[in-house]
Formats: sequence, C-alpha cells, structure tokens
Amino acid sequence: MNIHVSPKDGAPLYLQIMRQIRYLAASGRLEAGQQLPPVRKLAEQLLVNPNTVARAYRELETEGVLVTRPGAGVFLAGNGSPLARPARLRILSERIDMLLSEARQMNIGLEEVVELLHERERHLAKPEDPK
Amino acid sequence: MSDHIIEIDQLSRRFGSKTALDDATIRVPRGLVFGLVGENGAGKTTMIKHILGLLKAEHGAVRVFGRDPVAEPVAVLARLGYLSEDRCLPQWMRVDELMRYTKAFYPGWDDDFATQLCETFELDPRQKIRSLSRGQHVRTGLLIALAHRPELLVLDEPSSGLDPVVRRDILEAIIRTVADEGRTILFSSHLLDEVERVSDRVAMLHQGRVVLEDDLEEIKNDHRRLTLRFQESPATPPDLPGQLRREGGGLEWTFLCTGIDGTQERAANEMGARFVAEQVPTLDEIFLAWRDA
Repeated sequence: MNIHVSPKDGAPLYLQIMRQIRYLAASGRLEAGQQLPPVRKLAEQLLVNPNTVARAYRELETEGVLVTRPGAGVFLAGNGSPLARPARLRILSERIDMLLSEARQMNIGLEEVVELLHERERHLAKPEDPK
Repeated sequence: MSDHIIEIDQLSRRFGSKTALDDATIRVPRGLVFGLVGENGAGKTTMIKHILGLLKAEHGAVRVFGRDPVAEPVAVLARLGYLSEDRCLPQWMRVDELMRYTKAFYPGWDDDFATQLCETFELDPRQKIRSLSRGQHVRTGLLIALAHRPELLVLDEPSSGLDPVVRRDILEAIIRTVADEGRTILFSSHLLDEVERVSDRVAMLHQGRVVLEDDLEEIKNDHRRLTLRFQESPATPPDLPGQLRREGGGLEWTFLCTGIDGTQERAANEMGARFVAEQVPTLDEIFLAWRDA
C-alpha cells in the first residue's frame, strides 16, 4: 500500500494516514474487500508508532471505510457502495476548503467563485476551445 | 501499583554553578513511547542518569517501577534495558562474548530472541566490537538492551551522529518493541521529527526545566500557526492571546499560539484583522517557540 507520512506536513500523522487511505479507496487503487496491512506491519513500513496506525484504522472503521474481521484482519468496506461516495466527497471538500481560503485571501466573493466554477465546467465540456 | 513506570517529582540538580535540572516533574505512563526532547545540555542525560540510579536525587524524588533506583538498583535495573549516548561497549570482546557476559546479569535473558536480533541487525557474532562500524556498534548496543525483554527501554540519543539506515533500524526496533510487547520506552532526542513519528507522549526540557509535557496529540491540537492580515499596518506589533512567537510586519503577521479557542479570532477581529492561514505547526516549530517564549 503506497502511503507516505511526514512530520514536516504538520498535520497529525494519524490524519495523514486516514487521508491517504481514503484517497486510495476513492481513486480505486484500493478495492472494496481488499485487505490492508496489519497495524504492526504498516507501522514499521511508515516508521510510526503502532498506536498511530491503530488510531487511523479505528477512526476509518467508525466512518465505515474499513471493517475489521476478527482473526482475519482489516479490510476495505464491501462493494464500495456506502463508502465510496462519502469518501470522494470528503476529498473534494478538502480541495474546496483550499480553494475557498485562497479566494478569501484574494478578496473574491463566494458568488464569483461559484460563477467561475460554472464557467470552468462549460470550458471543460469543450476542450477544443483554447480559452 | 501506579500506572506510571517512571515518576520524577520536582527534581533539581546542580553541577558546580551550572543548573542541570530545575524543579523537573514528569510521569511516564506504562505501555507508551515517551519522547524526551531538548537541545544538548538541556538536562536530558542528567534526567536519564537519575532514572538509572547513577545519580542520587539531591532535591526531589525519582521512582522507577515505584522504587528508588539508588536504594534498589538490582530490582530496577533487572527490568530495564539501556542504550547510552556514548554506547561504550568493551572493545576487546566479540559480539557473542558480550552477549554471554551480559546474559549473566539478566535472569530474563532470552537466547532465542538474542539470536534473532543478531540476524535482524545483520551482526556477525564472531566479530570483535573494536572492528564494528558505527552503525553495527549501535545495533549491538541495542541488542544488549533488548535481549532480556525489559519492561522499560531507555534510549539516550539513540540516533545522534548516525546515518539514515541505522536510524531507521533504531526506530524500527522501537516500533517493534511497543508493538510486540506493549512495553514502555523512554527515549531522548534532539531530532524532533523522529520524536514526532514514534512518541505517544512528549516532554520538552529547556535549561533544566520541563517547559511542556503532554500527549503528542494534545500538543498538536493545542498549537496553531496563524497568519493575520490587517487592513492597515498596526502602529505597534500586535498581540494575540496565547502567543509564543510573532513574526512579520506591515499588513501581515504570523503567530504561533497555544491554548487555541475562539479568543484568537475575536482578538484579530477587534484589531481589524482577519485570518488568512491557519496551520498545525510541526513539533520542531512548537519546541522552538516554547524555547524562545
């Protein structure tokens, strides 16, 4: 499982792990029903405290992203149905937060941002249009 | 019995005119990785020497496993593994000789585990300590500290002066030790990103004083780097509640604050400023801010 964490990021390490597992799940690189590495193994791979990995797994389980099958291990929740959409929305929300704070810094109001979104959407629909 | 493996209460220590520890109090809970951070000379090694019973508390009290390590050294040291900062091992011995020698002191020595560690650390048991590389030297020291499966592992600056490969070994050993056995680890370091990776709880020492002690997560929750933008340049440098550090000038000022709640944002609004960025600082930044505050 391709995950990287860095204390330099600032965000707590368990949140970095959660974010990346959600991302891997939402992008399909981690498939429904796929088994995740055991806590200890991922901790050694990432060089972080096992409690940190356990915490990330626990919270993702509460969110319904992961399921623990006793004796078998930790798996990505089944069939993608309850999980994929909220996970995708969450990732998108993080991006939107960044966009909004940048807009705020540039003194561009919410209506203008929404207008811009619509405009870019139309633009994406016609990729041959140069501008 | 207390749930704290180590209890240090109001410990002070002077060497001549130099204060090494000043009214220091820490609690190390069972089963956690406890990171002791601070610059060289902050008092980390002096504190560790008290834990090992190498120094007697002049002012204050030290308890390890609920016992006084100076009065009951055998009872304490048998349950403790230690890797010293200078890692002085007997140069004339071979690795296997050192293992046999050390085994004699520890009833809990586990031969199979020692052999396994020897393989994991890629050590040749027949090699003389003198001829070991720096990295192999530390791995040997770590093997000796771990092979009796101590309840408490004390590591003094385990990775100072080492290359990343050996540092990785040491961190992995720490991680395995907690994962396998739920044992307690106290380790000192001035490498804050390392501490942030593996610690559950952290104490920061500065000039012999404990400036901050808390669960790492609480520390992260309770500190923010806040950037404020003013409509007009303030006449005097602005202040925020709980600020440890302030930088900037003109219209934009950045603060490192502790005690994060609504008061910072209110204060900013009252000064006619707004938040343009809010970030979680690294442990390194937090430490520097406390050091200079």
